Amino acid sequence: MADHKKQNEHTHKSHEEHLREEHLMLDPMPRGAMNEMVMESMHTTSWKFWVVFGILAVVVIYCLFFQWYLLIKGGQGLAGVMRPDYWGIFLVNTVFWIGISHAGTFISAILRVFKAEFRRPFTRAAELMTTFGLVQAGFSIFMHMGRVWLAYWMMPIPNQRGLWPNFHSPLSWDLLAITTYLLSSTMYLFLPLIPDLAMARDKSTGWRKTFYRILALGFRGTEGEWAHLRTALNIFAFAIIPVMFSVHTIVSWDFAMATRPGWSSTIFGPYFIVGALHSGMGAVVMVLAVVRGTMKNMKYFIRPEHFEGIGKLMLIISMTWAYFFFNDYFVQWYGGDKWTKELLHWHEYGPLGWMWFAMLIVNVAIPWATLWNKKWRSTPWLLFVVGLLINVGMWFERYIIVPVSATINRMPFTWRLYEPSIEVPMGIGTLAFFILLYMAASKLVPLIPVWEVQEGQMAHSVRKFGRETVVTVSDLE
Amino acid sequence: MNVDLNKLHMKGALAEEAEGKWGMVIDMDLCTGCQACVAACAMENNIAYVGEEDSGYGRSMHWIRTERFWEGEYPEVKMTEYQPMLCQQCGKAPCEPVCPMFATVHSMAEQINLQVYNRCVGTRYCGNNCPYQVRSFNWRDYQDNRVRPEITILANQFNPDVTVRRMGVMEKCTFCIQRIHKAQDQAKSEGREVEDGEFTTACAQACPASAITFGRIDDPESLVTQLARSPRGVQHLEELGALPRVTYLKGG
Repeated sequence: MADHKKQNEHTHKSHEEHLREEHLMLDPMPRGAMNEMVMESMHTTSWKFWVVFGILAVVVIYCLFFQWYLLIKGGQGLAGVMRPDYWGIFLVNTVFWIGISHAGTFISAILRVFKAEFRRPFTRAAELMTTFGLVQAGFSIFMHMGRVWLAYWMMPIPNQRGLWPNFHSPLSWDLLAITTYLLSSTMYLFLPLIPDLAMARDKSTGWRKTFYRILALGFRGTEGEWAHLRTALNIFAFAIIPVMFSVHTIVSWDFAMATRPGWSSTIFGPYFIVGALHSGMGAVVMVLAVVRGTMKNMKYFIRPEHFEGIGKLMLIISMTWAYFFFNDYFVQWYGGDKWTKELLHWHEYGPLGWMWFAMLIVNVAIPWATLWNKKWRSTPWLLFVVGLLINVGMWFERYIIVPVSATINRMPFTWRLYEPSIEVPMGIGTLAFFILLYMAASKLVPLIPVWEVQEGQMAHSVRKFGRETVVTVSDLE
Repeated sequence: MNVDLNKLHMKGALAEEAEGKWGMVIDMDLCTGCQACVAACAMENNIAYVGEEDSGYGRSMHWIRTERFWEGEYPEVKMTEYQPMLCQQCGKAPCEPVCPMFATVHSMAEQINLQVYNRCVGTRYCGNNCPYQVRSFNWRDYQDNRVRPEITILANQFNPDVTVRRMGVMEKCTFCIQRIHKAQDQAKSEGREVEDGEFTTACAQACPASAITFGRIDDPESLVTQLARSPRGVQHLEELGALPRVTYLKGG
């Protein structure tokens, strides 16, 4: 890898060299070498990794599991919820984590369907985010329940009293949608993983070999196996897109179907989806920046061109989000309902008005001010900062929608400001658990889909026509 | 488009929904804000004593509350009338469809909303969706004297006709359904109908100003129906179409 880097430092570079340096697809390496690099990145673990891992494990045990034990024992009274804010940060976190989980599938499935070539090295990193984000969303919603030990009653389980869940309730739809999404996104993560697991199986020894042998399902790479894999991936990539859209629409219906001012808004479905993509894109970029910065050999696979591509998507999604935000706000304001008017005033000039303005600055102003510039959006650390800010802003947005809006209802006598309590450590616990799962996964599964990268590299070539250097792409599928 | 509800077998249900069975009239001009109804309701229905701190943070669990409002800016403040607020027993209650468990259901026999405590898992969606904000949640195990020794003495006066609710379930006003059932059983054993004014809810019974009247609103002769016909009668948030059963009289 080192000589590769040196090669880039030459001052006089031909156009072709320049192209190779910029694009992973034009900078091919032998399959074996790439396999070695990915395996090496998985096996190389510094003491820093274990320090961070240990700290996060302690945080997870204390903030998530111990506090949850206290919450179950002591009741929801330990949280800051009350009348009229029956829903608090647990619901904020649920919506937030489902949002994070969206970009994984979005990047992977939509870009795969549209054959966007720059997706190849980071689809897996994004898909892992989907699964782990959904785990946190599930935790958050279970924390929120008053009697979580009876949560299985929400499932349509046959019982002697003929009791069924109420399918009129958006929460029932929500449960079904999230379960479907968790199952399908896990399968979608697993399918393209099989060839890489088989590769890892062939290159490892000891317990790792057993681990990969079980997961690889006996994949040998025959023509028939590849054909089946491609068919399955094609079906999944198309089928998971509507599932993804339905999930966050249904999450938004938890609010939009209610009769509360500020919630009963018909635009909430698409608004929530775009919001989810906004935060999810920010999260993907953060993950990629960290992976590139901390893991071995990743600078070859994840290059500024990828940050540049995601940066463009982030800019477009930021603009779409701004459009939907304006639409939601404008229609509610124009409606002139006195409670909604009170609510909008509360958003801007209430005690948490700073949050409303901060949300607009970090979700709209900062992405627009930075991502228009190609050079800036190719800078990983800058995109990390923008992604972090967008995620903070999107968390603020959900916070404004859930507890801040719930403060204002049609009974002014009950208006009261929500003061979070045990939700804060538990929310930090879910964040730590997400990072912990991701760190563990980065050491257990190949983070780069080597076969996909190689497939792309085989399809791309740089040719010379006379003096002109031309990039050619052939369609393999 | 004109839909024939008879063909859909819906007219009966809709008419019943719109009319209701048991109802209440609260005369705000008579209410003195003495909170006797709040105390009586708490004793009748085994409502938890939540303690000073939780009560101050909006977690008091009373099924009926006396709302106070002010008019004008300090120092020219004028008190308006007191507004006792309790579950309006909506005919088309917003709390009902949102519960994923069918824990908040419409009673067909009494035409009121009931909470099935042992079916509730505490998602609190109903509380969110209630436009009147009259549902109370058991935020802690308030009624367990092993957890809270200070309530032992209160536990000695529990009403045996009413369930004691534990942590994590939602609860709400039932129009004293235990009293409705008692009166109905009594009347049935004597082979007659329940007479108007034969019994009343705890809040109405305790009201020293007789501001609260309870009875059959599907009976045109009953006192509550006659009072509800008053030109002073208003229903709260009528525009939401939830068909509340409680009429407020004001501006007399």
